[in-house]
Formats: sequence, C-alpha cells, structure tokens
Amino acid sequence: MADKVTMPVEATHIMMFARSINDDNQVYYDAAHAKKTEVGHILPPPTFYRSVAQFDPQYFLRPKVGEKWFGSAKGPTGIDEKPKSSGGLHAEQHFEYHKPVKPGDVLTVETMPGKVWEKESKRAGKLTFTETIQEYRNQAGELVVTSRSVGVKTERPVDQG
Amino acid sequence: MALKASNLKVGDTHEEVVVENLSRGLLVMYAGTSGDYNPLHTDEVYTTQVAGYPSVFAHGMLSMGLTGKMLTNYVGDGRLTKFGVRFTNQVWPGDTLTSKATVAEIRPGEVDLTLETVNQDGKTVIMGNATARVD
Repeated sequence: MADKVTMPVEATHIMMFARSINDDNQVYYDAAHAKKTEVGHILPPPTFYRSVAQFDPQYFLRPKVGEKWFGSAKGPTGIDEKPKSSGGLHAEQHFEYHKPVKPGDVLTVETMPGKVWEKESKRAGKLTFTETIQEYRNQAGELVVTSRSVGVKTERPVDQG
Repeated sequence: MALKASNLKVGDTHEEVVVENLSRGLLVMYAGTSGDYNPLHTDEVYTTQVAGYPSVFAHGMLSMGLTGKMLTNYVGDGRLTKFGVRFTNQVWPGDTLTSKATVAEIRPGEVDLTLETVNQDGKTVIMGNATARVD
C-alpha cells in the first residue's frame, strides 16, 4: 500500500460493496430511507474501509495497464517465472470506529508497517506474519477509523485435511 | 433499532445464516468492490494449476463482511466501536455460513460481543470480538 492514499467515500461504491457482502440493509442503498434512521445518512458497512485498495495506484493485487498479470490468461499464469509463493493470506483484521463516515467524505489513509513474526505450522509450513496499521482521517483531519491487519505468507498451500 | 442494555444479559446470542451456497459470482463481486483482484479468489485456472488449491476461495474480508452483516443487524447501524476477527479456516464456493454473536460483557453504554462464523460442517471460519454502543 502506498504510504498515503486519498479515498473518496461515494454512495455508489457503498451500494455495490453492500451487494458484494450479501447485505440488503437499505441504509446502504437508499438515501431517503437512511435519512429516517438513527444515523440519518447512508453509511459504509463496517468492513468497507479495506476497499481503500481501489484508490492506491500501486496496489499489487490489481492488473495494470501495460504490466504482466500473474493470474491466468492463455496459460495458467501470465508471468514467465513461477510466482514466489501461493500469495499472502489474510490472518487477522481489526477495526476501531471513532467517528461517523458518510458519502461525500474524503478520507486520507495513512499506512504504517507493524510487527513481523514467524511461526511453524503443520498445515502450511513456515508462516510469516506481517502487521499493517492504517489510519483513516476525514477532510476535517479527524481520525475516523483505525485498521490493524495481519497478513500471512505460507511456505506451501494450506493443507485442507 | 439499537440494543438496550437493560434488555441484555451475558450469554445472550444472536445468530443468522449470512450466505447460502456461496457462489463464485459473489467472489467476483467482492473482488470488484474491494479492489482485491488476487486470482486466488476468482481465477480457478491459476488457483488450481499454479497455486495448488482445490478451487478459488473467499477473500477473508468477504467472510468478515458477511459476519459484519449479522453484527450490524444485531447492534444497529453506526453502533460499532470495535470489530476484529481472526480467519481460522478458508471459505469455499458452495459453503453456507452461519454467524453468531454472544454477549460477553455489559458496561454502561457499551456491550462486548464474541463472534463466531461456522460453515455447514460446523468448522469455525472466523473467531472475533466486537464492541457496540447500546442505549
């Protein structure tokens, strides 16, 4: 993740995000309905904030113009060398919500590295855990959300036994 | 419809089926909205032939999002102050997930919940905690 990313919060993105988590709560879709609720406006679902990836021009898990993509194309992968690992998996995700967020807000998201540690696992070999902290501030400079995520790189695919 | 502290007691639960027969289509939708296009979640050819998994599988954040749907239905919109999970097992196309919140502690104006999401075999895919403001 780039160190600082600007994330505009938009009603259409919230609607599409709510659909993609199978959530038909009308507070995510209908401004007139949302106005009558306690919150009083459309708000993002609680896990929306990791969608900041959309706004990071460098985000590595998105095919980009003029660059080879490691997913399948003509062959099972679009790159020549074998990918170094099966890719990172998400191990933990923690959010803290400090202030309300609504469509029209423009968040500045600062990403900071956290701890790194290793563990041996029977199901996937050596595991390397990497912590990332993200602070989301609104256009008034107020801290609205804090995210702490832990990613894990596995030595081999996770055994399904 | 937020929760009222006076109506809650430790051990109370709220449970919902949050997705039935999870489709690859939903994984594609989640990739599109989250911006996480890791082929492990949408590209069966790459995932089976290169990464060595039996099929594509859900983004952890999708499992958390589904769990969050149960949570906001229970505590009300805009009431969460904390929501955290560990992803304990992968979620696969065809899975049916049930999420449960259990009241762990009640403080003035706040409730702590423990969270668990299980698949159709009873295997835990998410363990978590949340804190919400209550009336």
